[in-house]
Amino acid sequence: MGHLSEEVLNKARILLEVYPNKRSALIPLCHLAQGQDGYLTPEAIIEIAELVDVTPAEVRGTASFYDMFHLEPVGKHVVAMCTNIACMLRGADELLEHAQEVLDVGIGGTTQDGQFTLEEAECLAGCNNAPCVQVNHRFFGPLDNDGFDELISDLKSGKLKDIVPEHGVLNRVERQHGLKATPDQIQAERDVMESAKKERLAKKSTS
Amino acid sequence: MSEKAVNKNLPIVSKRLGLPDAYKLETYLATGGYDGLKKALQMNPEDVSNEVMKASLLGRGGAGFPAGRKWSMLKANPVKYLVINGDESEPATFKDHDLIELDPHQIIEGVVIASYALGVNQAFIFCRGEFALGLERLQSALNEAYDYGAVGSDIFGSGFSVDLVVHPGAGAYICGEETALLQSLEGKRGYPRIKPPYFPAVMGLYNQPTVVNNIETVSNLPWIIQNGGDAFAAMGQDSSAGSRIFALSGHVKKPGNYEVEMGKVTFRDIIFDPEYGGGILDDLELKAFIPGGVSAPWFGPELLDLPLTQEAIASKGSMLGSGSIVVFNESTCPVRAAWRISKFFYRESCGQCTPCREGSGWIEKIMHRIETGSGRMEDIELVLDVCDNIAPGLTWPPKQTTICVLGPSIPSSIVSAVNMFKQDFVDHIEKGKCTFGK
Repeated sequence: MGHLSEEVLNKARILLEVYPNKRSALIPLCHLAQGQDGYLTPEAIIEIAELVDVTPAEVRGTASFYDMFHLEPVGKHVVAMCTNIACMLRGADELLEHAQEVLDVGIGGTTQDGQFTLEEAECLAGCNNAPCVQVNHRFFGPLDNDGFDELISDLKSGKLKDIVPEHGVLNRVERQHGLKATPDQIQAERDVMESAKKERLAKKSTS
Repeated sequence: MSEKAVNKNLPIVSKRLGLPDAYKLETYLATGGYDGLKKALQMNPEDVSNEVMKASLLGRGGAGFPAGRKWSMLKANPVKYLVINGDESEPATFKDHDLIELDPHQIIEGVVIASYALGVNQAFIFCRGEFALGLERLQSALNEAYDYGAVGSDIFGSGFSVDLVVHPGAGAYICGEETALLQSLEGKRGYPRIKPPYFPAVMGLYNQPTVVNNIETVSNLPWIIQNGGDAFAAMGQDSSAGSRIFALSGHVKKPGNYEVEMGKVTFRDIIFDPEYGGGILDDLELKAFIPGGVSAPWFGPELLDLPLTQEAIASKGSMLGSGSIVVFNESTCPVRAAWRISKFFYRESCGQCTPCREGSGWIEKIMHRIETGSGRMEDIELVLDVCDNIAPGLTWPPKQTTICVLGPSIPSSIVSAVNMFKQDFVDHIEKGKCTFGK
């Protein structure tokens, strides 16, 4: 213990309380850890595993299924460019090519100064603003080449730092109300589930 | 426009999307917010369910299952859950995105009404992880709703209590499939569950009975309770009752979300009417369009006059699906379009079932080589053969060889492209390059 900050741990405690089952907090906790470090560090994975009571391998194995989790360091800004059908029809492939030239980096790569990681994304549900781009999961679009260049220079100059946080989609999410159920009620609910599970297993072994 | 769809009730779900600050409680209350919930709490839960049943509200996620029937299947149990599917990832679908960011209170009100009708005390809103702003807006709306007394214990003094959790996804198309979504909500990889049980209403979240409803579906509930199920059912046509948001994108002048009364508007209206799409981009000819998300077979211009109802579209061999219409103008390379869609499925296949995992990869590879000019003439038959292995017979609706419907959705666009634009495939192969200069 000791890698995740006090702030993250406080949010983690609330999350662990609002779900009937601790493991449900696994993905939100990964988001929080990624918000702190930019990617899922091995230390964070170990701590998350302890918090939700599974093995670190299970945390890593779960996280690796999802596109949003990075298991290796990424740049300060992750630029995810959609090239799916609606954006493709509006010139996304050409824009992605332009982005590779401007940033001098391939798809999946990070610029040498550590400022930008370029990703090719699947549909981001921003098709009314195609071609659309997300920077640390904040939307921009429709963008042409000039618009993209402007976006990059604004990100470099820090002009967008209020709109585009460093990382993590839950950093600005504050749950002010925990589960209103008392710990006893939660325990009772867990007991019901536990006994139902035993019943099922018993049924299975007799049949 | 053939028959102007002016209905004084419209818009229903999207009425606040144009308002500034519609996501704040103050604006929501000023526009009739939480009145539906207050009314529902005066009714018996069964009567609330009855109104929804009477409304003939079809699920707005893609499958179009009647919401009232889904509710009636929920098994009696001490612990039951309601989960709202806001993992909107079907390419070219962006209605839930707007509803989440711009009118989160309407979702919360709908969830509490549904929870009351179902006797559920714990509900979850599964919001797509990429919607960072949406997650923030939903959570702050939820905080406001707790303070206002619309969520939590003893809601508006009714004695009914429900807790709500906003849960973030983490980037996986497959989590829109309801059983994969439940797995993800349980903190696991988003693998769709083996059926049976077919319905989470029997065995869902944490193996307890669970109703899974789409964001737009529950967003309709406040209006239905306020105005009655009959008023909702009076709109629309055949089994497609009420109104619905259509997400229009691709080669149109004005892409966007448009709420229209079901059946009263045709594809021609929504694509060309200045009130909606405003015509084809660059004033080119229409080549084809996808009527309901990339899992749906394509339509040609000859079907422009079909009304937007589930039946009409199904009768021509496609589906309304998630309500997203993608327009191709004549400059579109159909081979490239179909290849890009197959690439999407290849990337998003969860990998559990062989036909989908292997098939999507092979289809993507073959389509890519045709598109880039390295195709062979026999590739056209070959790609259809791989499609046939995923969905035998290539019928519509497709036959299923996999745990979920992702796999059988892959062939739609390929089969459409080959059937409608075979000459383009031949040209690509003969000339050894993309004949559209892509």
